[in-house]
Amino acid sequence: MAELQFREAIRAAIDEEMQQDSTIFVMGEEVAEYDGAYKVTEGLLDKYGPKRMIDTPISELGFAGMGVGAAMNGLRPIVEFMTFNFAVLAADQILNHASKIRYMTGGQVKIPIVFRGPNASAGQLSATHSVSYDSMYAHFPGLKVIYTSEPEDAKGLLKSAIRDDNPVLFMESEQMYGLKGEVSDEEDFTIPIGKAKVKREGSDVTVVAHGKMYHVAKQAASQLEKEDVDIEILDPRTVKPLDIEAIVKSVKKTNRCVIVDEAHPFGGLAAEVGYLIQREAFDYLDAPVQRVTLPDTSAPFAKNLFDEWLPGANDVIEAVNTVTYRK
Amino acid sequence: MADKKKEEQEEVQFTPSGTGIRTNGQVVRSTELPSPTRKKHKSLGLSEEDVVDMFELMYLQRRFEERAMQMYQKGKFGGFLHLYMGQEAISTGTAYALNDDDDIITAYRDHGWGLVRGVSPKAGMAELYGKVTGCSQGKGGSMHFANVKDHFWGGHGIVGGSIPLGGGIALANKYKQNGRVTASFLGDGAVDQGVLHETMNMSQNWNLPCIFAVENNGYAMGTAVHRHSVGELVDRAKGFDMKSAVINGMDVFTVYEKMKEVAEDVREHSNPWFLEIRTYRYRGHSMSDPMKYRTKDELREYEELDPIERIKGYLLDNDIIDEDKVEDIQDSVEDTVMEAIDFAEESDFPDKSHLYKDVFVEDDYPFHT
Repeated sequence: MAELQFREAIRAAIDEEMQQDSTIFVMGEEVAEYDGAYKVTEGLLDKYGPKRMIDTPISELGFAGMGVGAAMNGLRPIVEFMTFNFAVLAADQILNHASKIRYMTGGQVKIPIVFRGPNASAGQLSATHSVSYDSMYAHFPGLKVIYTSEPEDAKGLLKSAIRDDNPVLFMESEQMYGLKGEVSDEEDFTIPIGKAKVKREGSDVTVVAHGKMYHVAKQAASQLEKEDVDIEILDPRTVKPLDIEAIVKSVKKTNRCVIVDEAHPFGGLAAEVGYLIQREAFDYLDAPVQRVTLPDTSAPFAKNLFDEWLPGANDVIEAVNTVTYRK
Repeated sequence: MADKKKEEQEEVQFTPSGTGIRTNGQVVRSTELPSPTRKKHKSLGLSEEDVVDMFELMYLQRRFEERAMQMYQKGKFGGFLHLYMGQEAISTGTAYALNDDDDIITAYRDHGWGLVRGVSPKAGMAELYGKVTGCSQGKGGSMHFANVKDHFWGGHGIVGGSIPLGGGIALANKYKQNGRVTASFLGDGAVDQGVLHETMNMSQNWNLPCIFAVENNGYAMGTAVHRHSVGELVDRAKGFDMKSAVINGMDVFTVYEKMKEVAEDVREHSNPWFLEIRTYRYRGHSMSDPMKYRTKDELREYEELDPIERIKGYLLDNDIIDEDKVEDIQDSVEDTVMEAIDFAEESDFPDKSHLYKDVFVEDDYPFHT
């Protein structure tokens, strides 16, 4: 095992894949000469040159579309968005084109493209830089959506995403890029898309949490442990296709569930998982499923309001208390 | 006092009204045509046989759509039907000018493009009918003809959506250094989409082997060119220092000549071009369009310049073929189109299982329920 920062794990995945497939290239804002806005692609220009590390202008719609066209014509682009908040400008190419052209042409093309970059909030960046987009993209057929929480997952799943012949959205977090974690040394280590992982075994409550919220759930778990409440944390890792079997299996064991999602409450992953649990495990539930999400407001700038806005360990503990009827 | 002030105020208007373009203050018509080439087929490098084939191919596109329109009106199939009639010189001239492995992509007015790039009349008609034998297996319909094996990357339904796809196809060609040229066609309405400017900027900066060609047929749906765009469309190229030209799109020889020159330049220098090809569409934007935004005189004026009549006249005037042969060709095209209709009607709809086919590459994707 090697200890890598999140950004190093992502870089290693890109580097390893680029080494073995010359059709893979990276494009995006500041990916080459600047060495990456968050230094994810640091050093790759030196190694692979400007043909395979392409700096783009600030034209998200244009370069996303060029990526889709290049993927149709035999390349495997990795398109970096400085954040998925800016990818909204490229939504037409992701939602109307990348996800649909294969279907509309009766399977005449494949579109092996990865759109990657940080997702959701990263401190006091105000309303337009703080949205979590994984659930929105997961709504659309034809796209796979991954939002990982730890370096090892990031490396293994990004390698799988790059090898996948479908469009994949791979989401990261500005605040996690420096996070360190053990990453498998296994040669050609990959993690299959669509597989959840139980990251903390427990018997009392299933807490479903992914991305940055996994770490919030982990904090809650260590505090709850002191109170003899043993929570099981399940990280879906892939949002679409969702590993609902793993979630249901855990809920059947604990009979209680809290979903922690850094998205707004309406129609997000929390809503979807809640629905699926009532359908698949209704008779196993000892309490209504609870969720911890952002409020139904945009991100405020003011520090006190922002802290109120972002879900924290206390919100998770409160939800766990609700499903265990401790309060 | 207040009333008087009101009277003095000019009436506020945003979008200019009226049809036609303003030339020296005079309203003439929606697009001005540059002069066609004076060259004869031999000096363009075309054989007599080529010219006959061009006529046949253009006539096929016309009859295919005239019959498709009838079938649509009879309720044989649904969806949108955007007809290309009047613009056939552009698809035909381009297909002859480019190499067979050069790439073509266009927007939703795509029937002609499919027919010049290997979509058989049968597969095209079946696609309109939504049958599994259609070129896109009945999953795309009128707006999404495609024949990727022959480098036709499809019709695309979102205005402007295909523009960066064309740029990306060209990027991949340059990456692979395979010498292929991409022609990315768009309508005059798509000139107003921001993505054109993003794509032109990157294409010029990256020296992509791509031709961005506007088929300016005078109207973005029902809005005349001067009502939706300022200045001349071709001048958009200036801001990007991109090579550009205006072409008469009602004459197949002109389209062929210019497209050949431009494609050779692109191939040699790997630089993009921006073309404004002026043309006219005879029918409405789609079948539900009452065409109240243009005059009958304007339509008549363009119908007199009909590209198919023009090449037919050339064949007859130059004694390449006689009236009998013209009739034979037309009859044979008519038979082909009618056979395509029979084929479409007799074909099966896609099996219900096709609902989930080709969403993803793999067959075992666990669809959400």
